Amino acid sequence: MTQLPDGRFVDDAPYDPQASVLELERKDLDAPNWVLIWRKFKTHKLGLVSGAFLLICYLLLPVVGFIAPYGPNQRMSEHLYSPPQSINLFHEGEFLGPFIYPMTSEADLETFQWVFEPDYNNPMKLDFFCEGKGYNIAGLIPSDTHLFCAPEGATVFLWGSDRLGRDIFSRILFGAQLSLTVGLIGISVSFVLGIFFGSVAGYFGGKIDWVINRVIEVLRSLPELPLWLALSAAVPSNWSPVAVFFIISVILGILDWPGLARSVRAKFLSLREEEYVRAAEMMGASSGRVIRKHLIPNFMSHLIASATLSIPAMILGETALSFLGLGLRAPAVSWGVMLNDAQNLASIEIYPWTAIPMLPIVVIVLAFNFFGDGLRDSLDPYQQ
Amino acid sequence: MEILRYALYRFGTMLLTLWVVSILVFVIINLPPGDYLSNQIAELRASGQSAGVAKAEFLRSEYALDKPLWQQYFIWVGFMPGPHGFSGLVQGNFGWSFEFDRPVAEIVGDSLWLTVLVNLAAVLFVYVVALPLGVLAAARARSWVDYTSAFVGYLGLATPNFLLALILFYYGHRWFNLPIGGLMDPAFEGEPMGWEKVKSILIHLIVPTFVIGTSGASAMMQRLRANMLDELGKPYVETAVAKGMSPSRMLAKYPLRVAFNPFVADIGNLLPAMISGSVLVSVVLGLQTIGPTLLTALKTQDMFLSGFVLMFVALLTLIGTMISDVLLVLLDPRIRYEGRDA
Repeated sequence: MTQLPDGRFVDDAPYDPQASVLELERKDLDAPNWVLIWRKFKTHKLGLVSGAFLLICYLLLPVVGFIAPYGPNQRMSEHLYSPPQSINLFHEGEFLGPFIYPMTSEADLETFQWVFEPDYNNPMKLDFFCEGKGYNIAGLIPSDTHLFCAPEGATVFLWGSDRLGRDIFSRILFGAQLSLTVGLIGISVSFVLGIFFGSVAGYFGGKIDWVINRVIEVLRSLPELPLWLALSAAVPSNWSPVAVFFIISVILGILDWPGLARSVRAKFLSLREEEYVRAAEMMGASSGRVIRKHLIPNFMSHLIASATLSIPAMILGETALSFLGLGLRAPAVSWGVMLNDAQNLASIEIYPWTAIPMLPIVVIVLAFNFFGDGLRDSLDPYQQ
Repeated sequence: MEILRYALYRFGTMLLTLWVVSILVFVIINLPPGDYLSNQIAELRASGQSAGVAKAEFLRSEYALDKPLWQQYFIWVGFMPGPHGFSGLVQGNFGWSFEFDRPVAEIVGDSLWLTVLVNLAAVLFVYVVALPLGVLAAARARSWVDYTSAFVGYLGLATPNFLLALILFYYGHRWFNLPIGGLMDPAFEGEPMGWEKVKSILIHLIVPTFVIGTSGASAMMQRLRANMLDELGKPYVETAVAKGMSPSRMLAKYPLRVAFNPFVADIGNLLPAMISGSVLVSVVLGLQTIGPTLLTALKTQDMFLSGFVLMFVALLTLIGTMISDVLLVLLDPRIRYEGRDA
């Protein structure tokens, strides 16, 4: 820094008006695409939090049996419709560690309901890493260790129990396994179909394009739920729960692809005219190769974003189908199956906790929406 | 005259689509193995009741279920003479419900009009709510109006319809003494239309309309807001403001008119989702629309009944989309007559 005779300060370093600006931009331009996307996505706080939350949820799926204190279909016949119990730390001002007050049940012969009364004089400490109902980690490794369970002679129903005396908290955890994967399988089906039909229509054009376009229009103009209902009604009732689960996810996917195919087609129509496509064709690349190697990578990220945004619809779809009794069936556990219990006003009024499975649904669907929005906003790193 | 030609063209494509839909629906209702009657016959045989078998066999030939599938389809639609000559959907004969042992037309009856009514009310609700809120959210972007409406909108999208219905019904009854279940007071069922009956139906419509419309309204509102924001940044808006036009007059006169088009066009995307929603909500709330009928028909494999309901639901969406297309052309002279994205 030097001071000129007239009093101004001037930097000594040589000044190049072009260089500094270019250097910054060069760095950005040379960074791989995902770095740019990540950099932009990080500024989208809501999307970031939702993404992290979803990641944790999916990572926990294989070990839900460990977290849940009970098995999904384990019945406590003494505790039908037990209200939620809380885990406390202090008993009469004294720190005890996590404990619960045991519930005693008594039949009210006037209303024919069970009345549950917590016994406030008898705090019972929770057991940790205890043995309980057996389960399989990731469906493969058998184990019977639980993170926490109820002490002898007491129950721990964090979110109450349902009409058969099953723990709702545990069932929600086990239900997540099906409810969360239904969307993934469905979206894979819709993804494959959408990319295939969309790219064929967009790349070849002409008659094929016309036919596929009409099919898309017809499917898009039909209400989804009645068709889902009709298709699921066709699933034979003697199939195993696993088979039903797969076929239901496929059904959800089959009706979802037209939207995706439409955007794929639109992209293809514009990309088809690009020079690099012409160049690849001139060099003798087959159309399959051009589609796979040159066109699809170009908008894969867009597709992933729109796929993320349509997963919630599938989760809600499964819930609706199971709720109506045409989707997954007991003994399978999913959030929709659980909500089947909350189907009438009486149960919502008397046992409001049977509607708790709705909370995870709302949270997951919101998370997927925010995550997808964030993803979509950060996909074009070069655009402000 | 041009508009009439376009309307005719649009009607023609609608009929064509409807025909494709009829094939699709027929395939779907025939997907479950066997049909209602052959299952019944097998059951009767197994229990040794020969009297019922004869009747079921008679019905089977009466409704052409013993013919090959493609012939069944043409007879069902009415393109081919069945055992009683041409008598299918086209001729107005909707078939026979085996489960209820009555003609389909008799079973669905009133519920068709109530279905149309419920959906119409929901569409109206969407427009009435989304239009002012969307404009307001755009004009006051990043204010509490904007954030609150976005938050409510997201909640509306994320909450399963049927649960929202149950909860609203419960609290609506508790706090506002709204009636629970059904579309009218049981006393009015089967009665001729009258002022009292209309009033009863209107009161019963409040909760279903709200439930079916909420997610659609929030999606619509967000889109209108985005469109408005795009327009609000343009120089002509600045010019209008600079010349001293009052904000509300400016909004209504210029940007709203431009942003309004997608708003009308969107009904085509909105309608299928809303009719889906109305089927589900009707089942939960016990509305006398065709939703519950569809569910029982599908569960008991009553194929003609479920086929007709599916066709009707599809027809409703197609007509709605057609009307919105024609309206769009009326609203915006720039749109070409050949169709939207030809």
